[in-house]
Amino acid sequence: MPDVVVIGAGMVGAACAYYAAREGLTVTLVDRGSVAGGTTGSGEGNVLVSDKEPGPELDLAMLSCRLWTELASEAREVGGFEYEPKGGLVVAENDEVLRALTELAGHQGGSGVVARPVAADELADHEPHLAPGFAGGILYPQDAQVQPMLAAARLVRRWPGVTLRTGTEVTGILMEGGRVTGVRTATGDIPAGAVVNAGGTWGGEIAALAGVELPILPRRGFILVTEPLTGGPSGGPFVASGPLVRHKVYTAAYVTNVASDSEGLETSAVVEATQAGTVLIGASRERVGFDRTVSLPVLARLARQAVALFPALADVRAIRAYCGFRPYCPDHLPVIGADPRVPGLYHACGHEGAGIGLAPVTGLLVAQLITGAEPELDPEPFSPGRFAGAAAWTA
Amino acid sequence: MTAYDLVIVGAGPAGLAAAGVAARAGLRVAVLDAGARIGGQYFRQLPDGFNAARPGALHHGFSTFVRLREALGGADVLLGHRVWAVEHGPEGGFAVHCLEGREERARTVAAARLLIATGAYDRVLPFPGWDLPGVMTAGAAQALLKGNLVLAGRRVVVAGTGPFLLPVATSLAEAGAKVAGVFEAGGRFGLAPRALARPGKAAEALAYGYRLARRRVPYKGGRAVVAAHGDGELTHVTVAKVDADWRPYRGGYETIECDTLAVGYGFVPQLDLPAQLGCEIAGDADGGPVARVDRRMRTSVEGVYAAGETTGVGGADLAALEGVIAGRAVVADALGAPAAGDPEDPRMEARRRRLAGFARALLRAYPVRDGWMSWLRDDTLICRCEEVPYGRIKEVRDLGAADARSIKLLARPGMGWCQGRICGHAVARLAGEDPAPPRRPIAQPVRLGDLAAMDGRTLDDDT
Ligand SMILES: Cc1cc2nc3c(=O)[nH]c(=O)nc-3n(C[C@H](O)[C@H](O)[C@H](O)COP(=O)(O)OP(=O)(O)OC[C@H]3O[C@@H](n4cnc5c(N)ncnc54)[C@H](O)[C@@H]3O)c2cc1C
Ligand SMILES: Cc1cc2nc3c(=O)[nH]c(=O)nc-3n(C[C@H](O)[C@H](O)[C@H](O)COP(=O)(O)OP(=O)(O)OC[C@H]3O[C@@H](n4cnc5c(N)ncnc54)[C@H](O)[C@@H]3O)c2cc1C
Repeated sequence: MPDVVVIGAGMVGAACAYYAAREGLTVTLVDRGSVAGGTTGSGEGNVLVSDKEPGPELDLAMLSCRLWTELASEAREVGGFEYEPKGGLVVAENDEVLRALTELAGHQGGSGVVARPVAADELADHEPHLAPGFAGGILYPQDAQVQPMLAAARLVRRWPGVTLRTGTEVTGILMEGGRVTGVRTATGDIPAGAVVNAGGTWGGEIAALAGVELPILPRRGFILVTEPLTGGPSGGPFVASGPLVRHKVYTAAYVTNVASDSEGLETSAVVEATQAGTVLIGASRERVGFDRTVSLPVLARLARQAVALFPALADVRAIRAYCGFRPYCPDHLPVIGADPRVPGLYHACGHEGAGIGLAPVTGLLVAQLITGAEPELDPEPFSPGRFAGAAAWTA
Repeated sequence: MTAYDLVIVGAGPAGLAAAGVAARAGLRVAVLDAGARIGGQYFRQLPDGFNAARPGALHHGFSTFVRLREALGGADVLLGHRVWAVEHGPEGGFAVHCLEGREERARTVAAARLLIATGAYDRVLPFPGWDLPGVMTAGAAQALLKGNLVLAGRRVVVAGTGPFLLPVATSLAEAGAKVAGVFEAGGRFGLAPRALARPGKAAEALAYGYRLARRRVPYKGGRAVVAAHGDGELTHVTVAKVDADWRPYRGGYETIECDTLAVGYGFVPQLDLPAQLGCEIAGDADGGPVARVDRRMRTSVEGVYAAGETTGVGGADLAALEGVIAGRAVVADALGAPAAGDPEDPRMEARRRRLAGFARALLRAYPVRDGWMSWLRDDTLICRCEEVPYGRIKEVRDLGAADARSIKLLARPGMGWCQGRICGHAVARLAGEDPAPPRRPIAQPVRLGDLAAMDGRTLDDDT
C-alpha cells in the first residue's frame, strides 16, 4: 500500500509525487490518460515572476522559481527538460503605461523580484527585432522557461518511490470513519494513507467524489505556433542574424489580463522562442466552458499583437494552433493543502495560468504538509478551507 | 461581398460532379482547388504546355473526365487556392479562407453551403531507409507520371498493399520503366471472392495482371520492402517474405537493385476542414477516420456536405457518384425542390451501396498489419519533419507517454511542417491506437501577417 495516491499526472501531480517521494514516502501517481496529457500538454512553459503583483502568489512564484533552478540542474544528467533562464521583457506602449509598469516593478522588488528598467533606446540591445516606438520596458532576469511535458515526465521518473499508473481513472474516493483511505479506480481500489487531488481543471470533479466542493472552472487559451526559425532540423531565415526573439516578450496589458475577472475574450500576446526553433504566441483568455471549437478571430488577434511586437513575424508562417483550459479559481489563487472537511484529502489544483511555474512549490508544500514538516512558506492563503463556507455535499 | 450558393473545396471527380449538377440548376457555384488544374488525383491533368496528342492515354475513364469538365457550365473555378481554414460566417453560411497562388495572397470566399471534397493522401509507413532520395509514395509516382509525364525512375520497385499497386506498376511499366517487381505485403488475391462478385472489377484486376505479366513484371504476395539502401540515393531494397502479421520470416530476404521505390499502403481521407467545422467523424472499415454523411451526403453540421474520399476511400467512380448526389442534395436544400433530380434516387442509391460495399471489402481485404514495427531500427526516422527516430519514441513511451498525443508532446513527431500527415498513422499504431481524426485549426501554413489582417475584419471588407 502506497503512503500517498496522487490523482493527476500533470505538472502539478508530477511535482507532488516528486517531493513526496523525496521525503521518503511511497507514491502511486494515477492518471486517466497519459503523463502530461491534460492542461500541462496544452499550454506553455513560462515560469514567471514578472506577471504577478506582490502578495501570496508572488511569494509562491519566487520560491518556485528557485526550486525550478534546482530541479533543472538535477535533471541535466537525465536529459533535462529544456530549462532556460532567459528572462522576460515587458514593454510599455506609452509613457503612462511605463510609469505604471515601473511602479509595479518597484513593489515587486520588496518580494525579491529583480527588475531592471530598460529605456526606449536600449530596448533594441535586448531584442534587436522588436518594433520601434515602445516607451521602454522592464527586464525580469528571473523569468524562465521549461518544456512542461518533458519536465513532468522526468520528475515522475526521478525517484524509485513513485509508481506511475496511466490509463487509470479515479472513480471514487474511499472513506472510512470520515477519513480518506484510498481511491477507487476502474481497475481496482488503491488504499493509501493520503490522497492528493492534482486534477487540474478537473480538480472540482475529484473533490466532488469526496463530497466536497471546489470552485474550479476552465479558462480557455489559444496558442499559435510558427514554422521553425532557428535550431530545429530545418533551420530557417533567422539563423544568420541570431534568434528573432530572445526573451519572453509581452506588453504591459498582459498583467491586467491575467488578473482580470472578465468572462469575455482577452488577449495580450506573449512571444517566445523554443528550443525546437518555433515561436510560440500565447495566449488568449476566455471563459467559454470546455469548448474546443477553433476561434479564428482569437488567432487573428494574437497574430496581430505578435506582429505589432515583432514586425518580422509578419512573413513567418503559423503552422498550428492549439487550445487548453486553465484551471481557474474565482480568487485567482491555487488550492494547496489539506481539506479541513475531509481528513486525509489534500488539494493541489486550480493554478490557472501559472501551474507550470508554481508546480514545484506546490509539490514541496503538499509533501511537507503530509509529513508534518514545517512548511517552507505559509500555505494559509491557499488553503481549501477558504471554500469551507460553501455547503459540503452530503455523500 | 455576395456569397456563393455553394462553395466546393476540391476539384476531383467528387467536386466536379457536384459543381456541374448545382451549376446547371442555376446555383452560383465556386470550385476551389489547391492545384493548378482541375481533375484531382485520379484525373490528374498535364500542364497545358505538354500538348499531349492523346491526353487520355494515361487515363482510364478519360471520357468521364471530359464529361465532368464540360458539365461545369457556369461554375467559377478558382485554381491555385489552398484553403487553410473554414468557419461559420457571422450571419450564417461559411467563410472559406484561402491562400492564392505562389504569393499566397490571402482571400476569403463566402458560401451559403459548403461541400468538402478534398480527397485523400497516401498512407505512409516508416522503414529503414524510407527517407532516401528515390523512395516515394505510390501516389506520388503516379502523379509525376500523370501530371508531368515524368517517369519516377528507370528501374522501379513497387511495394505496399492494396489494389492501387497494380495500376501504378502498370502505368510505370507501360511508360517505359523497368519494374523489377510488385510486392504486396498482404495476400495477392485477398479480394478474389469479392471481385468475382463484381465482374467489372475482376476483369480490371485481371487486365492489370495480364499487362504486367506481358512485361514480365513479377507480382508477389506476402512480400514487403523492409529496408531501402543507398549512399545518398537509393540503390537497392531488401524484400522480405512476411507472415500474416507482416513480420519477416527468418531467412526469407532478397535484395533487389532499383533506383526508385514506389511504396503505398492505401490512402488517408483529408479531413482537416470537416474537423474544423465540428463535423462528426466516424470510423471506416479499416478503423480510419472519415466524415460521416447521411444518404444525401450531408454531414452532421447543417449546410456542410462531404463527398468522395473524405467519406471513405472508394475510387473515382464512387467519388463522382457521391458528387452527383451531393450536388442534387444541395440544390434540393437551397431551392426547396429537387430541381436537379432526386438526391435519393433509388438507382443511384443502389449503385452507391454497391460501390461503397466493394470499397469497404477492399479495405478489409488489404488491412495494414502491425508487423511493420518489427522492420524498424532505433535510428529509423518516424517523423521526418522533426527528425524523430524510433528510439526516441520508445524512450518517451518508457517515460509514461501512453497515447499518441503524449508521444507527440514528448518526442515531437507530427509537430513539424506536415503536421503529422505523414507520420500520423505510424505514431498512432505505435501507441496502440487507431488513427484519430485530425485536429488542425490551421490546415495549411499561413503567414502571421495575413492572419493578423483578419483581426476585426468582417467578411464584407473582403474582395
Ligand atoms: C494556453 C495556455 C497557456 C499556459 N501557459 C502557461 C505558462 O506559460 N506558464 C504556466 O505556469 N502555466 C501556463 N498555463 C497553465 C498551466 O498549463 C496549468 O496551470 C497547469 O498545466 C496545470 O497543471 P495540473 O497538473 O494542475 O493539471 P493538468 O495538467 O490538467 O493535469 C491534471 C491531470 O488530472 C487527470 N485527471 C483528471 N481527472 C482524473 C480522474 N478522475 N482520474 C484520473 N486522472 C484524472 C487528467 O487526465 C490530467 O492529466 C497555461 C495554460 C494554457 C491553457
Ligand atoms: C496521389 C494519388 C494518386 C492516385 N492515383 C490514382 C490512379 O492512378 N488510379 C486510380 O484509380 N485511383 C487513383 N487514386 C485514387 C483516386 O484519386 C480517388 O479515388 C479519386 O480521385 C477520389 O476523388 P475525390 O474527388 O474524392 O478527391 P481527389 O481526386 O483527391 O480531389 C481532391 C482535390 O482536393 C484538393 N484539395 C485538398 N485539400 C485542399 C485544400 N485544403 N484546399 C484546396 N484544395 C484542396 C486537392 O488538390 C485535389 O485536387 C489516387 C489517389 C492519390 C491520393
